[in-house]
Amino acid sequence: MAKKPIGPVRRAFAPWEDPSAIPFIEFRNVTKRFGDFVAVDNLSLSIYEREFHALLGGSGCGKTTMMRMLAGFETPTEGQIFLDGQDLAGIPPYRRPVNMMFQSYALFPHMTVEANIAFGLKQDGMPAAEISSRVQEMLRLVKLEQFAKRKPHQLSGGQRQRVALARSLAKRPKVLLLDEPMAALDKKLREETQLELMTLQEDLRMTFLIVTHDQEEAMTVADRISVMDRGHIRQVATPGEIYEMPNSRFVAEFIGDINLFHGKVTQKQSEDAQLYCDLTDSTINIQGAGDVRVGDEVTFAIRPEKVRISLDKPAESNANVIQAEVWDIAYMGDVSIYHIKLAEDEFIRSVVANTTRLVERPITWDDKIWLSWDRDAGVILTN
Amino acid sequence: MEHRKPSWFNITSLVLGFSFLYLPIVILVIYSFNASRLVTVWGGFSTKWYVSLLSNEQMLDAAWVTLRIGVTSATLATVLGTIAAMVLARQGRFFGRTLFSGMIYAPLVMPEVILGLSLLLLFVSLDQARGFWTIMIAHTTFAMCYVAVVVQSRLAGFDRSLEEAAMDLGCPPVKTFFTITLPQILPGVAAGWMLAFTLSLDDLVIASFTTGPGATTLPMKIYSQVRLGVTPEINAICTILVAIVTVGVITASLISKRQQVQRERDERMAIANQY
Amino acid sequence: MDREVSSQSYSKNRLGRWALIMVPYAWLLLFFLAPFVIVFKISLSEVVVAIPPYKPVIDWAQGLAGFVEAAQQWSLDNYIWLTEDAIYLNAYLSSLQIAFIATVITLLVGYPIAYGMARAPKAWQPTLLMLIILPFWTSFLIRVYAWIGILKNEGLLNQFLMMLGIIDDPLVILNTNAAVYIGIVYSYLPFMVLPLYSSLEKMDSSLIEAAEDLGCPPMQAFWKVTIPLSLPGIIAGCFLVFIPAVGEFVIPDLLGGSETLMIGKTLWVEFFSNRDWPVASAVAVVLLLILVIPIVLFQRQQEKQKEAQ
Repeated sequence: MAKKPIGPVRRAFAPWEDPSAIPFIEFRNVTKRFGDFVAVDNLSLSIYEREFHALLGGSGCGKTTMMRMLAGFETPTEGQIFLDGQDLAGIPPYRRPVNMMFQSYALFPHMTVEANIAFGLKQDGMPAAEISSRVQEMLRLVKLEQFAKRKPHQLSGGQRQRVALARSLAKRPKVLLLDEPMAALDKKLREETQLELMTLQEDLRMTFLIVTHDQEEAMTVADRISVMDRGHIRQVATPGEIYEMPNSRFVAEFIGDINLFHGKVTQKQSEDAQLYCDLTDSTINIQGAGDVRVGDEVTFAIRPEKVRISLDKPAESNANVIQAEVWDIAYMGDVSIYHIKLAEDEFIRSVVANTTRLVERPITWDDKIWLSWDRDAGVILTN
Repeated sequence: MEHRKPSWFNITSLVLGFSFLYLPIVILVIYSFNASRLVTVWGGFSTKWYVSLLSNEQMLDAAWVTLRIGVTSATLATVLGTIAAMVLARQGRFFGRTLFSGMIYAPLVMPEVILGLSLLLLFVSLDQARGFWTIMIAHTTFAMCYVAVVVQSRLAGFDRSLEEAAMDLGCPPVKTFFTITLPQILPGVAAGWMLAFTLSLDDLVIASFTTGPGATTLPMKIYSQVRLGVTPEINAICTILVAIVTVGVITASLISKRQQVQRERDERMAIANQY
Repeated sequence: MDREVSSQSYSKNRLGRWALIMVPYAWLLLFFLAPFVIVFKISLSEVVVAIPPYKPVIDWAQGLAGFVEAAQQWSLDNYIWLTEDAIYLNAYLSSLQIAFIATVITLLVGYPIAYGMARAPKAWQPTLLMLIILPFWTSFLIRVYAWIGILKNEGLLNQFLMMLGIIDDPLVILNTNAAVYIGIVYSYLPFMVLPLYSSLEKMDSSLIEAAEDLGCPPMQAFWKVTIPLSLPGIIAGCFLVFIPAVGEFVIPDLLGGSETLMIGKTLWVEFFSNRDWPVASAVAVVLLLILVIPIVLFQRQQEKQKEAQ
């Protein structure tokens, strides 16, 4: 199958699809153990120049350890890390051309905003005039010119976050590492900052590596996401691919909401397959099933927003259509989630955008309704 | 335990408790201004004991020796104790760590007579002439443990990512300690110095064991006089010592209180300015 | 996330790391640990009339042979001596007893104070805390000395009591064990109050409200909720008073009388008056052995506390 770009295409930037592209950052079979605990398990990952890459996972998945190994705060137990062709082994953190923005911001409390931003430049022995012009440039970049003389505790949380960003960008590092950079901000500020960060990365044409547990954040900012779990990378792909074509049950369930059904492949013809689910006694037609064979036990996954519901039987013949009953409705404001009973203990969720006012909505509890979804709306997970 | 109002029982126990703690010292201070030689009979207000103290050369000598020992041992103990605290807080596991932390904590509860005796026997077997330097070393040894504990508690509350941030920005470890860590733990280091200094100023037992000819400290002098009986002159010198320490501690706590208030005000302003 | 486990990170520079560790380590080895070895060694030697007043047990000049020869001369005579003369055994026992009783009294005096502090308005608490710590900064010797003037026969306490007409003849307090108890309680009170206060202050007042809400009368709530929850503070405070009180010298010397037997004083007398260094060393070794038990228990307790947090 020809690989179609999935999801919104921000720009034609996809060096990972080019087999001749040289990785900018490369983790090669890296393992990190803390005593008996394996934080990172024989893991390889390539990140390309000017990429905005996100390491996404729950706590303890090893994402922070990966970043700290790149920064030099941890030494890999096994394996190598390359940056721009150079093996980083043995290079202490203070000699690495990467800079990090810390989760706690780690602003030096006894120094002014200016002095904080200038700190890294001074370590390089940059001439004073140059330092001051670079500091001004950074302050402009994060819109904090009038706060130059303030101490960190005289700033709000959002301002501190921008100082931390300016400080880590001031040295123009080869890679900017962002450790949960927005964890301490409230939701609204976080969304604004995510957009600012994306713009900044595009303008500066730098490589960014972000560590986050927030899937929405990763989806918003990153070119590619590595979904991590217990020291392993489960999938590396663009946000669109991760969402629409998860390669495993773990990834499918980790990102967003998803309906899962167990079934057996009963027919297979080129890319089309038919699945029989015995729990619901229904047949599902799938387009783009990948390499499954007749008789395989598989999981079928479909996102709730791809499941349509209607009172009348839909006319399209190409879709999967099942009759069922509304069990429960969760009203979320912008959308409503319909819990639809397919069989005893078998439910499917359907998300419907509330395009009309509540009173005018025709479907309600216990209604017999028709479910339908396109043949290419779901995905088959083999493992 | 907020919300609840203190009961009469609570207030009474606080009043009685603090009276018990402070009354003896207050009485001592009052009687240092007693004109009568008899310590227990009030003979009118007088500062003559302070005047006679100023002409008591032995006392002044002892005070001078004590001060010199205090300053040198407190300074040395602060340096060693701060390094020890850094080792305990930052170096993780190393060979002999248990022994090391044991040696840091043991002197805090070890009877002074044992510390004094053992150090004396060390100096004797090293054939070391005893005096100023031996007392200084003895005081440094036990005071550094107190400093290490005080500084370590300060380091425990210190955001380690500050050090990592400095290194990440290109600052080597030793420089990081002086530019980032030290300014942050300075209040703890200062408190450690003050503690080491007062411990040295206060010590009778260890100094008595490790002293030699010509090195009589103030507590030793006070002790030998006290054994002969209570005198207003001793009351006067005690009052001076208490006054110095009280002024020192209160000043230090007022300064830190003011800084904290200023800081809180700044933080409120920062939040207010946001909108 | 993984930060706790990553203690020994980026220390590439092993030499610098060891140099840093070795500075305080060497100091403590030389001036803390080595002296104990010497004390132990001397406790095995014989007393002689000389300077220093003991027979060196090891002649380092003879090397290993000298050591072996000396080791054959080591004797437990000093320790046997300690068991033969009842004064030592009595001094150890009475030290433990005095320290124990004084610790209990300090707890009884300290608990209401700590409880009152924890109940006081939040705004007062730092001041109260400083008032508790302040005496710790002032000279120990002076604070003990201050009690002499109060407790002696014609002292202020007796004057005061006689003025009130409570007593007709002065009470004999100074130079008795009662004065020693007062001295220990007074000197070590801050060590008791501080851990008690910090465990009481952390306590959530809604716990007591919950107990009362469930039908527990206040007094019972105190016994069943407050006391058990402040137990770590009680234990820490008691150890902090008991351990140093056992070896106390200044208090029994200045406030106690001839009947007051405490091992710190015995050691002092043995050393300064009798000039019997080997026996003084043996007294110190045994005292240390006695104190090792509570010290180890205390450190265990502290570590458990740290882990619980």
